[in-house]
Amino acid sequence: MNVETKDHSGLADIFNQNESRVDWHDETLWFIRSKRDKAAQGLPEWELLRETASQIKHNVLSNLDEYLEQFESNAKANGITVHWAANAKEHNEIVHSILKKHNINRMMKSKSMLTEECHLNDYLKKNGVEVIDTDLGERIVQLADEPPSHIVLPCIHKKKEEIGDLFHVHLGTAAGEADPQVLTEAARQHLRETFVTRKLSLTGVNFAVAETGEFVVCTNEGNADMASHLADVHIACMGIEKLIPQRKHLSVFLRLLTRSATGQPITTYSSHFKKPRAGQEMHIVLVDNGRTVQLGREDFRNSLKCIRCGACMNTCPVYRRSGGHSYHNAIAGPIGSILAPNLDMKEYADLPFASTLCGSCSNVCPVKIDIHDQLYKWRQVLVKEGHVSPVKAMGMRAMALTFSMPKFFSFAGKAGRTVMKYFPSVVNNKLNPWYKEREMPAPPKQSFREWYAKERAGK
Amino acid sequence: MIVGLFVPCYVDQFYPNAGIATLQLLEKFGVKVEYPSKQTCCGQPMANSGFEHLTGECDELFTESFAKYDYVVAPSGSCVLHLKEHLHSKKNPEAAERLRGRVYELVEFLTDILQVKELKAKFPHKVGVHQSCHGLRGLKLSQMSELVEPGFSKPEYLLNFVEGLELINLTRKDECCGFGGTFCVAEEAVSSKMGKDRVADHVQNGAEYITGADLSCLMHMEGILRRQKSKVKVVHIAEILNAE
Amino acid sequence: MSSRDKILAAVRSNKPGQRDLPEINIPVSYEGLTEKYTQVATAIGARVYSVESIAEIKSKLNEFFDPAKRWVASLAEFSDVAETNLANVDPHSLEDVELSIIEAVLAVAENGASWVPEQNVPQRIVPFICQHLVIIVPANKIVPTLHQAYEITAGAEYGYGAFIAGPSKTADIEQSLVLGAHGPRSLTIFILS
Repeated sequence: MNVETKDHSGLADIFNQNESRVDWHDETLWFIRSKRDKAAQGLPEWELLRETASQIKHNVLSNLDEYLEQFESNAKANGITVHWAANAKEHNEIVHSILKKHNINRMMKSKSMLTEECHLNDYLKKNGVEVIDTDLGERIVQLADEPPSHIVLPCIHKKKEEIGDLFHVHLGTAAGEADPQVLTEAARQHLRETFVTRKLSLTGVNFAVAETGEFVVCTNEGNADMASHLADVHIACMGIEKLIPQRKHLSVFLRLLTRSATGQPITTYSSHFKKPRAGQEMHIVLVDNGRTVQLGREDFRNSLKCIRCGACMNTCPVYRRSGGHSYHNAIAGPIGSILAPNLDMKEYADLPFASTLCGSCSNVCPVKIDIHDQLYKWRQVLVKEGHVSPVKAMGMRAMALTFSMPKFFSFAGKAGRTVMKYFPSVVNNKLNPWYKEREMPAPPKQSFREWYAKERAGK
Repeated sequence: MIVGLFVPCYVDQFYPNAGIATLQLLEKFGVKVEYPSKQTCCGQPMANSGFEHLTGECDELFTESFAKYDYVVAPSGSCVLHLKEHLHSKKNPEAAERLRGRVYELVEFLTDILQVKELKAKFPHKVGVHQSCHGLRGLKLSQMSELVEPGFSKPEYLLNFVEGLELINLTRKDECCGFGGTFCVAEEAVSSKMGKDRVADHVQNGAEYITGADLSCLMHMEGILRRQKSKVKVVHIAEILNAE
Repeated sequence: MSSRDKILAAVRSNKPGQRDLPEINIPVSYEGLTEKYTQVATAIGARVYSVESIAEIKSKLNEFFDPAKRWVASLAEFSDVAETNLANVDPHSLEDVELSIIEAVLAVAENGASWVPEQNVPQRIVPFICQHLVIIVPANKIVPTLHQAYEITAGAEYGYGAFIAGPSKTADIEQSLVLGAHGPRSLTIFILS
């Protein structure tokens, strides 16, 4: 990690320079976590649903090849063109080739974290294609030239005044206008023009059903439907792990998804696309981009169960106080921290350490991914693969040595409280970060073992 | 029944009174307790930092020290959880396996093994309970706020026996304090902020003392409180349950 | 080797051992479905009325919406107040629709959603492009949860279908709820007995 590309800790440090903003960010996301709790508590069968969903996803992982082939064959029979992309580059090229085939250089896009992962917008921009994100939050971060900071709430880090300033510059709203009602109306008018003029709509996929060849897209705004039912061409891009076996399984996942995400009982629109409408062309791009590698990692394959609800971010005490951008990855938060190292261990070696392993993420996960256990396991892998600083490794070896020698341990304890030589300073010896906002405990006159030797030994 | 008392490294050196209270409390319930002197650390600080492979010697030392006891009890949920999940021994694998099922955090030992039905203690103060994450979500000492399951709290069950003690309610009942081992220095900004927020919840809700079953979290919050020159104190639950 | 074959080969060599599908066996209650549906749909921003005839719906519509503006409907019964013959028009030509009136196949009490397959709309865009949406729900077609909804519609043929729950909405700006993001600004539901 060099100075230019700051790691999570460095970026979190910057985020924390404005404490009242951290409080605001934390409270906003906690509010969503609380809504999630209320929605979950409303269903006595909640834990059974989670367990069922987790088991269905496990079955998916163990039969993914068959479900992919079944889905492909059914989708084709439904009149959809199916593409396969081994990686991000191929995904982007496929999308571009469809645009070129139709001679289209202006398109609209609904929310798709996969296209963020593949950096599709940058690629298309370089190739002269204008992309307009139609989800309001995505449009806002696009106008701000930033990536989304949350997979469900892309501009959760932005204050309404900042959005008002952006809209004033780009959409001509009045200077200083920051009323969400007024700003949303301005976006509605702006994006209506987009919907009726662009010929190609790209959407993500929440679930794809092997049994029927249909795919489901969930939105609250209706942007995926507005775009796709008007466009001549609809491209849906999905990671291969989005497959589910049968249509009836949608009931389990749709009951969990939005309650986990925002506390709503369901998204406003759960749209099932099975066939193109008359005269329309429909494409599906099935993307691997590291997923089959993750499938082969026994300790980490469960991360592929993720249905992208974002509940782990909303509950994560670290995410809430460091912001999504501190994860420098398309998917932030706890789930991002176990997915990212699979893509690039060196680049994302910091992320599994950006956690206290408190375990709240695993408890809110609707498909019961053992997120915090995987964070722990990634740490072991990253250390073994040499992706931690040599200073830290040396400190750890010294600590292990001390603890392996009881006599030295107790002697060193007497001399100056051994443990604290390692606890707070193992990472940084020069300016001990513990003391920035905290005191150390006052050292007692004697340790427990000294007391015991005096008071109890031989008694 | 003979219990081996495990006093984790930082408790030994910084919070001996919690160790003493644990020992005395167990003895009040008629348990014979021994403290093997060759013990040091459970290995968690290394393991949570990604260096589980360096914890072999700690594990051997722990297994050797405690193999002969019926149970091992420690006043630290997080160390106990680590041992339950990760204790292994090359020299004596059976003993390590047996120990994994025999090591208990103090509170759960009192409620689950000793099945305490009454307790004589006096602590006339307003007390906030900090649900340490590893005790909460790892050892399940209390019901977790994320789950749709019936509520319970083993620490609060015990504290309710204490004369004069008034439990306060928190706005966020089981949020992490931000200690997280080396996280507290590697991620100083977020860790400190989490600590400050956790402490503020207790203070705003009128706590005079913050208690819990894990001293690492209490140490973190004490560090914040002392820097803020607050009058609110931290105290390990063993010290309250042993207070007369 | 094609990417397709590469991906499938990688899945085959990396996938875990077989795990069977679980039974979906979730307890369900059939009590108070209309009340529950009304309560949830109202909570997510819809207006809900129980009515006994199409005539009653029409009179309410005349009260709520401007008949001078463009109304479209999927049911022939509304041909006197709305355009009903839209199957062959360019969907873009519906941009100025004020009110769309459609009928749901069923509605779901737990989440206030209505299932609207393609057959129930003159064009796929109709429930989305309008300023206001009206959904008619047959009173005897309210089911407790999504599990029953998918059971009942199993095997039904449709090229497109959607669960619609409430008016179009967003809370992307500081979590302030705003109705009418891109689609309808309001949803009115008539439970028709």
